[in-house]
This record gives sequence, structure tokens and C-alpha cells, in this order.
Amino acid sequence: MIEERFDAIVVGAGMAGNAAALTMAKRGIKVLQLERGEYSGSKNVHSAVMHADALAELIPDFRVDAPLERHLVEQRFWMLDDCSRIGLRYHFDDFNDGRPNRYTIIRAHFDKWFSSKVREAGATVLCQTTVTELVQNRRGRVIGVRTDRQDGIIRADVVVLAEGVNGLLGTRARLRERPNPDQVALAVTEMHFLPRKAIEDRFNLRGDEGIVIEAAGAISRAMTGIAFIYVNKECISLGIGCLVSELQRTRETPYGLLDRFKRHPSVVPLIDGSKIEEYSAHLIPKGGYNTIPRLHGKGWVVVGDAAQPKNAIAREGANVAMKSGRIAAEAIFLVKSRGDLKKSDSLSLYKKMLDESFEHAKKYKVMPALLHAQPQNFLLTYPQLISKAMQNFARVNSTRQAEKSTLNPSIAWSWTGVFSDVFRLPRAF
Amino acid sequence: MHNVVCVKQVPDSAQIRVHPVTNTIMRQGVPTIINPYDLFALEAALELRDKFGGEITVLTMGPPSAEDSLRKALTFGADRAVLLTDRCFAGADTLATTYALATAIRKIGKEYGSPDLIFTGKQTIDGDTAQVGPGIAKRLSVLQLTYVAKIRALDFTARTIEAERRSEGGVQVLRTRLPCLITMLEATNQIRRGAMTDALRAARAPIVKWSAQDAHVEDISKCGLRGSPTVVKRVFAPSSRAEKAVLVESAEQPAEALLDAVFKHQPKLEADLAALAVCDL
Repeated sequence: MIEERFDAIVVGAGMAGNAAALTMAKRGIKVLQLERGEYSGSKNVHSAVMHADALAELIPDFRVDAPLERHLVEQRFWMLDDCSRIGLRYHFDDFNDGRPNRYTIIRAHFDKWFSSKVREAGATVLCQTTVTELVQNRRGRVIGVRTDRQDGIIRADVVVLAEGVNGLLGTRARLRERPNPDQVALAVTEMHFLPRKAIEDRFNLRGDEGIVIEAAGAISRAMTGIAFIYVNKECISLGIGCLVSELQRTRETPYGLLDRFKRHPSVVPLIDGSKIEEYSAHLIPKGGYNTIPRLHGKGWVVVGDAAQPKNAIAREGANVAMKSGRIAAEAIFLVKSRGDLKKSDSLSLYKKMLDESFEHAKKYKVMPALLHAQPQNFLLTYPQLISKAMQNFARVNSTRQAEKSTLNPSIAWSWTGVFSDVFRLPRAF
Repeated sequence: MHNVVCVKQVPDSAQIRVHPVTNTIMRQGVPTIINPYDLFALEAALELRDKFGGEITVLTMGPPSAEDSLRKALTFGADRAVLLTDRCFAGADTLATTYALATAIRKIGKEYGSPDLIFTGKQTIDGDTAQVGPGIAKRLSVLQLTYVAKIRALDFTARTIEAERRSEGGVQVLRTRLPCLITMLEATNQIRRGAMTDALRAARAPIVKWSAQDAHVEDISKCGLRGSPTVVKRVFAPSSRAEKAVLVESAEQPAEALLDAVFKHQPKLEADLAALAVCDL
């Protein structure tokens, strides 16, 4: 056992772990951060959308040296039928000023930079060190961690679990339950490299302007899922995510879905001639507020994906994770400065602070259930329906009346469904 | 005993990408590692310390970011790390590199005790020259054993070392006097997993940083680009070769089938041979 004691041990160096370690270290707490990868970000090949506000709360001058890709000036939403799309495009030119609001990032680069800030703040960061077990005393209080290194038990007053969506340590220690397949989405992504100029031409961008596209509809084969395209400087990250339970049920393969998305006529011209460099799969918690599991106990808290605080709308993941890490750190600081760390229920302060700050997250709380109950409607029937409606509107049609009415009776019938769901959707939002 | 291990931070060649458009090597974002051969050298030094005690100093020359590699070396259990970093060292070929490293090793000798063994890897995976180890030995006027696969014995009182050296014809067992320089091959000694105590120490230990002046480099013109007669004219990704092996199948007349296949790809050869045959007649 190591003689040295720490105030806090953070397990994991992703968004939540880095945010927690940084915040605590800045507050003068003696922090040890353990990461199993070779460096922070080494296990991550995703792109993400970073909210400037959330990052600025941690590192106010991040724009000086953070590896940001493009600042977002446009958000598109596509409703996809098999060969058509209906798009919504929101362009915000005022985000083109000196302090843009959102950026695309490549996590592998970003996390490395983030980790360097954690070190600068004074935390001890150890990579290539896997935490194998939480060490508990006889009364069930977590008093430290065991690692895969020799003489590897290290003690601390509090352990912050930022170990990702699987949350192995917490479940192994019987502190929390395993996430259910219907609370977890599997996302597969690919990085498509293209020359900068080609990207800017295809997406109509100037300089470092960026764009995000989110797509739903027939591509996910009636499963609850969303596809996305993030535009970086010299590559496009494109992927699709679906609930694990539905992949199990339909026996669709994730790469099959991704392949279908890539072959969609709306996507083909965007990635034409690109070179695929990376392919990855990643689990994402998708429970929404209602399924947040137990977040704290005696001597431990859970942050980030492990805590599943993400709301049902996919893209906020990294930011919400970061926020939960920061709030946990603030709570630990408050509890510690009161000298209450050893008290059994003191860390419930974290849950309380999280609840307050995620007040808005509650509004999404029934969204997954709503989408889940009738995914065919939302993802197959409605896109077809709307597509047909648009077609009738847009196409100069010389076909005979008889052919026109080939509209599937069940589709026609579900117009009523549209109205009832349209009514429920804003309420879910 | 005091052993010095020279390591180099190199790009992880497994993860180097060629830019799909410009066809140049993309260095940006490529993770760096300790040259794999240097890890065998470090492990050999660690095993000697396990038996005989003493200290290990790890030395590298490179940009400030090479500190990462030194920290990793400390994680494995090295006692001290020295980073030789100065703008004037940039662009060095093996001649200039050995000059700087030899000077630094002399200074290490003065500061921390003169080394009994100096280790390097056989070669680096980015330069592939295998010249730096022997170059250091020559400049320091110490004996050298290159391509060592295993250290068989070390007699500290008699100050001799016995090692297995792999050569093209087989294995040579050689004995020589200390101090000496050893360049290590990939060997049976996998680098160990550092203990938690070492890992914690490594994360926080100060790295000794020396500029050219700190290391008592006397002649700056022998350093870096100025001291390097080697010129890199071009860096490029090799194009894949078009030639492929062809399987010629013929049960009846294999020799003729083979010749036909050869002539098909080399029509000129057929004409030349035909001309020769005519001359012979």
C-alpha cells in the first residue's frame, strides 16, 4: 500500500474526469487522477460539439490554445426518407464574432490539451494505470482504489468515478446497478478526411466556420436513433447511434446502419472522394433525467457518462459530462471545507447541486419514452408522410390520378397520429 | 553502479498517417513513444540495478515535449532523467547528436558519478541509422558492444561484462572491460510494469533540463543543423510496388510455360535472347 494519502482520486480522464480533477486542483484539493489509456483522449476518436460557456466556466481563456476545429454557424436537421430529405436549416451569422458559442472538436486532441490544464492546476495525473477495484472498509465506506500496478492500493477521502458509460467499478463494488440496454445507445462513427477547401466548398463555409447536421428517419430502420455529421477542419465525422435494446431486437448491425446512412443520396456528395481513417464504436447513455442512477455514497461520487446525466438529445453529451464533473468537484470542495467529508451522507450535496443546475434537463425526461413507444411513427411513417406531402407540393406531376393514390392506406391513416404526436412532442421538449 | 540509458522520443510509426491529398507524412497529432529498442536497453539496465544496486540516469536530447518520454522512463523505475534541450541542437544528424550526447554524458559523470555502462537501443525506428550508440562510444573513448541480445554476467569487482551479441553467422559471446557502451537488440527482456511508487514519483519528479551551455558544450558549430553534414533532401511516402509474384501453372512443359510468362512481361528480353541465339548460330 502507498503511504501517501490523497484528498480525492478521480478515476478516468475524459470530459467529466478532467473537469472534476481540474476544478478540485484549482481549489487546492490534493488530487490524483488515474487513466487507463496511454494519455487522456487516447481511447477516443470521436468528434463532439463543445459549448463555449461550459468550457469557459472551467478554463476562461480556452480560446488561446485549445485545439478547436470549427465554430458553428449552422445547424441542420434532416428528416430522411429512403431517397429524399426534408431539411431545416438554422444559420446564425452573429455567432461569427470573436467569441463563438459552439465549436466542433476532435476529442483525441482536445482531451490531451484538457489534461495538460489539469496537470498545470496541480493534480497528479497517472496514465496507463487501471483501477481494478474500489477498496471499502468494513462499514462499506470507499476508502481508496486498487490498481493494476504493484503495491497499488492508494487511499483517499473521496473517489470520483468518471469511468464512462459502463461504470464497471461501481457495479462491481455493488454500489450501483448496471445500465439497461434501453438506457444505452451504441454509436458508430467514421472520420472522413478531405482537403480543407473541398469541405468548405461542399458545406458552403468560410474560414473556420463549421456546421452540424443531425438526421433522423428511415435510416435507422424504425429504431430510436439519430445520425449526425460534424464538420471539422480537414475531416468530417459521421455516425449513427441507436438504442442497444433495439439493435438486439431487430438484429440490425451498427455498421450496416452507418453504411446505409453513407449511401443516402443526401450524404453521398458530402463525403465523395474522402478517405476513411478511423472507425469506432462507443456507448452513450441515453436514459434522460428519469434514469439517472445512484450518484453518490459513502466516500464516492459518480460523474459523466457513468452517471448518465445526458439528456435524450444526443449532442450535449460531452458538455453535460463536463458540467457534472465540475459540480461534483465544487460539492466535494464545500463538504471538505466544512470538514464533513467523513460524514456518511455528506456527498448528497452533489446530487442537490446537480438537481438545481439540471432543472432544465427535467424537461427532456419523458422524451426517450415517447420516442420509444412509437418509433415507427416518428422515424418511418412520418418522414414518408411528410415526404409525400412535400413531393405533391414540389413536383410538377404528370402521372395519372390512379398512380398518385398508391399512398399506403396505413400511412394515410396515420395523419391523425401526426397531430396527436405533434401535440405531445412540444410537451416532451 | 551508475548506468546511463540514452532514449529517443520517436513518432509511433504504427500510427503515422500519410496525408491523403498531399501525400506527405502527417506528423501533427501522431502520438510519440520511446523508441522501442531503447526500452530493451532500459530494462537491461533495470535488471542490473536489481542485482547490483546503484542508479540509472535516463538521457534524451529533443524538444521540451520530450519530457513525456523521460517521465515514462521514470515510471518504469529509472532514478533520474536529464533532458538536453536547446534550439541549437535542432536538425542534428548522427554526427552532431553524438557530439551533444557525449558532452552531456561527461557532465552527468561529473554531477552524478561516472557511468559504468552506457546503454542505447540498437537503432531508432525513425532514423534507422544505428550510428548514435557507436558514435557516443567513440567520442567518449569507451569500449562498445553492439547488437547485444543478452547480458550474461557482470563482475563488478573485476569490472568485466559478458554479453551475447547477435551477428549474421550466429551468436558471439564476448567479454569486455567496464566502462563500456552497449547497444541493445530486441531481446527477451520485456520492459517491466513500473510499481505504483515509481509511477507516482514519475508523475511529479522534476526533470533535469540542460541547455547547450548547462551541458558545457564548447563548440556550438558542431551542434544541430550547423554541425550536420547530412542533408535530408526529401521526405515522401513510398509508392506501392507494381510487381507481383505470378504463379505459373503447367503440368506438361513447366520450363516453357515459365519462359512464356517471363517474356510476356519482358518482351525486350525475348528479343535480346533471340538476337543472341542468332549470333551463336
